[in-house]
Amino acid sequence: MSVKEIFETMSYGPAPEQAGDALAWIVDRGARFGHFIDGAFTEPGEGFESRNPATGEVLATLTQATSSDVAAAVDAARLAQPEWEALGGKGRARYLYALARLLQKHARLFAVLETLDNGKPIREARDIDVPLAQRHFYYHAGLAQLMEQELPGRAALGVCGQVIPWNFPLLMLAWKVAPALAMGNTVVLKPAEWTSLTALCFADICQQAGLPKGVLNIVTGDGAVGEMVVNAEVDKVAFTGSTEVGRKIREATAGRGIALSLELGGKSPFIVFEDADIDSAIEGVVDAIWFNGGQVCCAGSRLLVQEGIAEDFHTRLKARMATLRVGDPLDKCIDVGAIVDPAQKARIAALVDASGGEVFRAGDAPEGCFYPPTLISGLSPADPLMQEEVFGPVLVSTTFRTPAEAVQLANNTRYGLAASVWSENINTALDVAPKLVSGIVWINGSNMMDAAAGFGGVRESGWGREGGWEGARSYTRLVDDLPALTPVEGFAGEKVEPVAVDRTAKMYIGGKQARPDGGYAKAVYGADGSLIGQAPIANRKDIRNAVEAARGAAGWAGATAHNRAQVLYYLGENLSARADGFAALIDRMTGETGGRAEVEAAVDRLFTYAAWCDKFEGAVKPVPGRVVAMALNEPCGVIGALCPDEAPLLGLVSVMAPIIAMGNRAVLVASEPFPMAALEFIQVLETSDVPGGVVNILTGSHAELAKPLATHMDLECVWSFSSTDLAAEIERGAAGVVKRTWVDGLARDWLTAQGEGRVFLDAATEVKTVWVPYGA
Amino acid sequence: MTITDQQTALGAAQLPQVHGARNPGMALDMDWVLSARANRSAIERRAATLPGRRSVKKDHQAAWMARAISCIDLTTLAGDDTAGRVARLCAKARQPVRADLLEVLGLPDLTVGAVCVYHDMIAPAVKALDGSGIPVAAVSTGFPAGLSPMHLRIAEIEESVKAGAEEIDIVISRRKVLTGDWQGLYDEMKAFRAACGEAHVKAILATGELGTLQNVARASLVCMMAGADFIKTSTGKESVNATLPVSLVMMRAIREYHLRTGVRVGYKPAGGISKAKDAVLYLSLVKEELGDRWLRPDLFRFGASSLLGDIERQLEHHVTGAYSASWRHASA
Repeated sequence: MSVKEIFETMSYGPAPEQAGDALAWIVDRGARFGHFIDGAFTEPGEGFESRNPATGEVLATLTQATSSDVAAAVDAARLAQPEWEALGGKGRARYLYALARLLQKHARLFAVLETLDNGKPIREARDIDVPLAQRHFYYHAGLAQLMEQELPGRAALGVCGQVIPWNFPLLMLAWKVAPALAMGNTVVLKPAEWTSLTALCFADICQQAGLPKGVLNIVTGDGAVGEMVVNAEVDKVAFTGSTEVGRKIREATAGRGIALSLELGGKSPFIVFEDADIDSAIEGVVDAIWFNGGQVCCAGSRLLVQEGIAEDFHTRLKARMATLRVGDPLDKCIDVGAIVDPAQKARIAALVDASGGEVFRAGDAPEGCFYPPTLISGLSPADPLMQEEVFGPVLVSTTFRTPAEAVQLANNTRYGLAASVWSENINTALDVAPKLVSGIVWINGSNMMDAAAGFGGVRESGWGREGGWEGARSYTRLVDDLPALTPVEGFAGEKVEPVAVDRTAKMYIGGKQARPDGGYAKAVYGADGSLIGQAPIANRKDIRNAVEAARGAAGWAGATAHNRAQVLYYLGENLSARADGFAALIDRMTGETGGRAEVEAAVDRLFTYAAWCDKFEGAVKPVPGRVVAMALNEPCGVIGALCPDEAPLLGLVSVMAPIIAMGNRAVLVASEPFPMAALEFIQVLETSDVPGGVVNILTGSHAELAKPLATHMDLECVWSFSSTDLAAEIERGAAGVVKRTWVDGLARDWLTAQGEGRVFLDAATEVKTVWVPYGA
Repeated sequence: MTITDQQTALGAAQLPQVHGARNPGMALDMDWVLSARANRSAIERRAATLPGRRSVKKDHQAAWMARAISCIDLTTLAGDDTAGRVARLCAKARQPVRADLLEVLGLPDLTVGAVCVYHDMIAPAVKALDGSGIPVAAVSTGFPAGLSPMHLRIAEIEESVKAGAEEIDIVISRRKVLTGDWQGLYDEMKAFRAACGEAHVKAILATGELGTLQNVARASLVCMMAGADFIKTSTGKESVNATLPVSLVMMRAIREYHLRTGVRVGYKPAGGISKAKDAVLYLSLVKEELGDRWLRPDLFRFGASSLLGDIERQLEHHVTGAYSASWRHASA
C-alpha cells in the first residue's frame, strides 16, 4: 500500500517488535537448556520442545528433570540455606536489589522472550509483566532489609518448592522467588513446561548478580516434575495454577507438616451498576477479560450488569469488541495475542461449543493458535459456563436488579479470587465490596496488582497471600521451636458417688442445649477414678447441625467490633464469677492442681481478645498511582476446631476467643479426655449475650469428628490442637474444597503467650485488598 | 456550495470524502445531560495506556502525519498579527510541506484544514487563500474569556461571517458550567449557532477551566444539543489545554450523541499539541473511540501553530532516512 492509499484508509499497518536479540540469546546457549542447579546449568538431557504458540516454531529444547535432578536441586538448596539465612536481611537485600536492577537492564530481552514463549502481546510483556516483576524484587529487597526489625522472632522456613503456571511465567517467578529469598529461604522452582525460557534467562541474571550457589534452583519439565518437587524434602510448597492440581497438592502434602500456599482458579465477577461511567466500565471489561487473552486467574470473566442498562451496555461492549486487534503478539498494535498452546485453545473451544446462550464475536481470529474475543450473553447462573473457569478470552454475562442480588450472584461460585465493582456512587461501591467473597476487590478498575498489596483468594481459589507483609510472613515461621504434642489420655474408673440431683450435660448448638444425635454418652471419670458425669458423644450429624447453626449466625460478622468486645468482656466477667467451680472441676478431671491458674488465664484470655476486637487493624497499602488500596482483615466465616486436650477450659477459650473476636462463628469440639469443663462453659455462654449459633460446643471423639469437619463444604477453616495426630486426615479431607487448615501438632503452653496473639488472629482472618482509585 | 463542501471538493482530488448533514441540534435533554458520568481515574488509565497499545510505523506513519496536516487549523492568535504575517501563514497553509517531499509521498495537493485568526485578520486571510478552497476560521464571542456583552458577542459572529469567515470558533461561558446553568449554556450556544448562519460553528469549552471531567462531559452534550458542528477543547490561552483524558471524554460524548441522534459532530483538540508523535496519538484515539469516518477534516481538526514544523521534519526523515532540521523547511 502506498502512502497515498494509507492516507485514505488510515489503517494501522504492521508495527513489529524485533525478536533478533531474544532469539540470539537462545541460539547463544545452543537452543538446548539443562536445569539450573547449584549455581550452574546442567548438561541438556532428554526433554521436550518449547514452541512459539503464535507461529508453532520450535524455540528451544528443554530438559525433562529426573528424580535425581530434583533431588540434586533440593540438596543444593538445603546446603545453601543456612548460609543464605545467616547473611541477614540486609545482606540478602543487596542481592534482591541487584536482581531488580538486572531485570530492569535486560527489560526488553525478558519482554520479547516472554512474548515469543507465551504468545502474550508484547505491550503486556513490556508494560506490565516485566515492570511488575522488577517491582516485586525491589519491594522484597526492602522487606529483606527490614525483616529483623519488623518481623522479630520469625525465621525462614528452609527450602521452598515452587511450581508456577504458564500465564505470567516471569511475573509468577518474581511473586514466588522474591519473598522466599527475602525471608532467607532457598528455592527449587519449576516453571511451566510450555513457558520456561524467561525462568532460564532469570537464572542467567542470577549468575550475573553473583547470587550464592544453590539459593535458587530451577528444574524444567512437565507435571510429573512438579509432583517430584511437591514430594521432595521441602519445608514449604507454593503453587499457582489450576484448582484441580492444587487439590492434588493439598492431598499430597497432607500430614507432612510443611507450609503450603495455593493460588488457584477463579471466575471473578465484574459488576456494573446503572450509575457507573459506562464507557470506562467497558474499557474495564477489556482489561478484565481480554488482558493476556483471558488466561488470567483473576480475569473478570463473569459480567453482571444491572438490568436497566444491560442492553445499552452490551451494545457498546460489542462495538468495543470490534476494535480489538487479535494477532501477532510481537506486533505493538495487538490487543489479544496467541493462546499459549493448541491444547489450551482446544479446551477453550470445547467449553464454548458446549455452551448455550447468545455467542457474539466481532470477527474471526487469525489462523493458528488464536481464539477470538467472545461474549456469551443470556446465560443464567445454572449454565456451566457461568460456573466453570474457561481461562481464555471468553466473557459470560447476566443481569441483576439490586445491589443485594448483585452480591448474591457474584458470590454464587466455588471460587473467590477477585471482583470488580463499577459505580460512581461511593456508598454503593463501599457497601458491596466487603460483601463480596473474594480476596481482592477492584472498585472502578480491574486487574490492578502491586507488590505491596496482598494477592490471593478464598474458597476454591486457594489460600495465602502473595505480596505485602502478609505474603512475606507466609515464608517465615516462629523461631522458638515448640515440642510436638503427645497424646493425652483421660482416666478410667468405677467409683460412683451419689449426687443430690442427677445432672445431664448437653452440647450447645445454635444457642440451645442439645442432646447428641446418636443418643450415646461417655462416662467421664476423674483422676481419682470417681465418675464426674456423662459427656455426649457427637457424631457427624451433630457437626452438620452445628455448622448450619453457625452459618445462620452470620449477623455476628456484621456486629461492631466494640459490640463483640463487650460480649467477650462479659464472658470473662461471668467466667470469673464461677472461677471456684471451674477450678475444682479442672483439678478433679486432670488430677492436678492447676485449675485455679487455668481459670485465671482463661479470664485473662477473654479480656485479651476483647481488647483485640477493635485493634487488629487493616492497612492502607502504598501502591503506585492515585489509588487507596485497603487491606481489610475480614473474618473467615465458620471455623471448626478440635480444641486442645491438655487444657480443658483454657484450651477451649484460647481457640474460641480469637475466632469470635474477629467475627467468625465457631464449631468447637471440646477436649476429648476432659470434656466436662467445656460443657459447664455452656452456662457461661448462655449468660453472656453470645448470640445463638456464634459458638457451638460438641464433645466426642476427635478422630471420629475430624473427617466430617474437614470435608464439610460449608466450613471455611478447620483448626486442630488435638493431641490425636489428625493432620493427615484433616489436610486430606480439606483438599476437596481447598479449605484452609491449621494443624501444626505443636505443644503450646497455653498459660503463656504461646497460646495467644497475632498468630491466632491471622489464622482467624483473611486479608481482602480493596482497590479504590480516585479522582474528581 | 458551502465552505466545507468546497473543501471536500478539494479533498476529492485526493480522497473520496463524504460530508454528512450539519448538526441540527435538539431540545435540551436534562436527563441525558445529568446522567453523564466521567470516572477520572479510569479515563486517565485508558489515556495512559493508549500510546502503548497503538503504534504506527514507516509508510503508515508518514500517511498518518500527512493526514494530521490535512486536519490542522493553522492558527495565529497574537496581538501583533498583521496582514503580512497572516499572508505568510496562508502561504504555508497552501503549501504546508516542501513540494519535493509531497511529490515522493504522492500527495502533491496536500493542504492544511483551515487557517484560524482573529476577526480583524479575516479579510487578509480570505484574500491570501483565494482560490485555494482553504476556509478561514475566526475565533469569536469575546475570545478567549467570553465575558463581553452578549449582544456584542452575537454581533462579532455576524461581522466575522460577513467578513468571509466560514468557520466560527466560539467560546462558551464557563461560569454557566461551573454554576450548573445548563439551560443558560444551551440558550447561549443556540444563539451563537443561529448567528453563524451557514458558517460552521466550533464550540470551545475551555476544558482547563471547567473543574471536572464530568463537567466536560455535560458541557459537551449541551453544546451538541444546541447545534455545535464541532466541540473544541481550549482556546490555547488556558493554563491546561488539550489533554488525552479530556479528549477521551469529549469523544465519548460525540460518540453517544451520534449513537442517539445519528448526527456526527466534529472534534478539535487545541493547544499543546506540538509534536508529530502526539498528533498521531490523537488520530489513533479518534480512530479507536469514534472510528475512521472521523479521521477527515470535516470531522476532526487540530488547533495548532507549531505542530506543522515538527511533522515536516519527520516527513523528511521518512523520505530520506536521515533526521531533519527545522531550517530546511519553509517558515510561515
